[in-house]
Amino acid sequence: MSVLIDEKMLDHLGVLSKLELKEEERKKTCEDIGDMLKYIDKLNELDTEGVDPLVQIIPMENVFRQDKISNKNEKDKMLANAPQKKDGQYVVPRTI
Amino acid sequence: MHRKKKTVNTWFPEQSDFAGKDDILSLMDFTAVELGEKIKSGDVSVVDAAKDCLDAIEKSEKDICAFITRIDEKEVIRQAEEIQKKIDAGELSGPLAGVPVAIKDNICTEGIRTTCASRILSDFIPPYSATVVSKLQNEGALIVGKTNMDEFAMGSTTETSYFGVTKNPWNLNRVPGGSSGGSAAAVSAHQVTFALGSDTGGSIRQPCAYCGVTGIKPTYGSVSRNGLIAYGSSLEQIGPIAKDVRDCAVILEAIMGHDTKDSTSVKRKKPGLLSSLTEDITGVRIGVPRDYFNSGTDIQIKDAVLEAVKVLTKKGAVVEEFDLSLVEYAVPAYYIIASAEAGSNLSRFDGVKYGFRTKEYNDLHQMYKRTRSEGFGDEVKRRIMLGSFVLSAGYYDAYYMKALKSKALIKKAFDSAFEKYDVILGPVTPSVAPETGTSLKDPIKMYLGDIYTVSANLAGLPAISVPCGLDEEGMPIGLQLMGDCFNEKDVLKVAYAFEKTRDYQKSPAASGGKAV
Repeated sequence: MSVLIDEKMLDHLGVLSKLELKEEERKKTCEDIGDMLKYIDKLNELDTEGVDPLVQIIPMENVFRQDKISNKNEKDKMLANAPQKKDGQYVVPRTI
Repeated sequence: MHRKKKTVNTWFPEQSDFAGKDDILSLMDFTAVELGEKIKSGDVSVVDAAKDCLDAIEKSEKDICAFITRIDEKEVIRQAEEIQKKIDAGELSGPLAGVPVAIKDNICTEGIRTTCASRILSDFIPPYSATVVSKLQNEGALIVGKTNMDEFAMGSTTETSYFGVTKNPWNLNRVPGGSSGGSAAAVSAHQVTFALGSDTGGSIRQPCAYCGVTGIKPTYGSVSRNGLIAYGSSLEQIGPIAKDVRDCAVILEAIMGHDTKDSTSVKRKKPGLLSSLTEDITGVRIGVPRDYFNSGTDIQIKDAVLEAVKVLTKKGAVVEEFDLSLVEYAVPAYYIIASAEAGSNLSRFDGVKYGFRTKEYNDLHQMYKRTRSEGFGDEVKRRIMLGSFVLSAGYYDAYYMKALKSKALIKKAFDSAFEKYDVILGPVTPSVAPETGTSLKDPIKMYLGDIYTVSANLAGLPAISVPCGLDEEGMPIGLQLMGDCFNEKDVLKVAYAFEKTRDYQKSPAASGGKAV
């Protein structure tokens, strides 16, 4: 059941992925993802009826801990990597 | 440096049982454990080791390009002196004290730029170190640099790096493999005695096979992923890349253990891996999957691996062929799961908190989109989009759920195999290292190169790659040994016994000569 990756689908994936491809990248990306899906479709040969999906390999239980602060205030260290900052805060474009 | 010639007699050769000792010229020609012993006994100082390491890197780095970031020479020497003081004071006595190490550039190092080989993190300086890095530093290991890799560990050739292509020390026209290509090349070229890599679908084992060195991917959950920049979280583990099996055991022992900062980290007693380093493999049951020798596998690789089977049989192992089944479904299942997790993990790169931000934008969403589109390379964008697709409404069941169910079947196939066998043996890769510039043209073919490695990631198994020969053109071939979850011991034991039957294969770049 190969899915066609067309311009419309590519736009949709761009929205989901927060990516904006250049005009010259678009055709090749459609083809590449299309080829990968065609290849991935091989899995359809496998009968997985009634099989439980396996997410975690090692059986585990939820890990609980006290909500205690263990680190120091590292605000300056965190902010050091920000591409734009002002008065100890991140600067982002206007959102509303 | 004249110093080397002067000191050469003091540390060579009597205590070295390391094959290839005949032409030891640099301390980087020793294994990590041997070098650690020499430092401990006072034969050489940590500064000697640091200087030889810096010299070795300087000598071959122009050809190999294994590093993205090299630590400033003065700083390395300063740290070496500090470590020496601690050794002298008896504060450091472990096997890796004073031994130089290179770290893959997707593992965070406090104060040292960590790029993931991506433009988007090209100026990122982590505010903390990964747990494995702290553990190595607590053991006294000396970090000399950060190694090149495929961008975000997505690739099999170390050609998708924003910082250039790493070359194979056996032949400069070939790729070193990937994604831990820089780490494997640095060890193979004897720039360092050991390095850390990470393995999401074969990214430790495949470059080790291509570069003729040894590396192990541990059981999922046994080494903390805290500080490893995430790609496929349910699949990846950090592991050692070194010259021999003993080094791998010692390094793995040093970095493994439970960590509250990694919620998938497993609480278990330290396994005591060193006790598995015996040559006695009498009665060890080894299964060889027939499906690992299909027509896509190079005949010379088949021959080399089957030769290893003969050697192990002679040493007393009970070897049997069997049908593992489902082998051809591992790669498609892997790419769905890895891409889905990549799409999710890489959503954090938005140009706000760290990393690259685009120059021109009108609003927040455009800023996100342009930052990501300019910051990520083609392969990364392709996998993020594929990940978004397989998780999107309408396709989630057909792709992502299907992959998780396939993963369950693959795990089951391994579970039944490990009822019969202690270790599963096969090739690491279907072919030797390809020429630079040939792989990225045909991504599907490149992905299929992972066919024998991805299963261990899907099933969480420990798996090692050890050199087992050279092909007609002089390129290394790797032997893979996989064990059941948490059975690193049998894997290391068989690998050690096999290794003891062979001479060490030194790459042309490490021999001081120029690789072709």
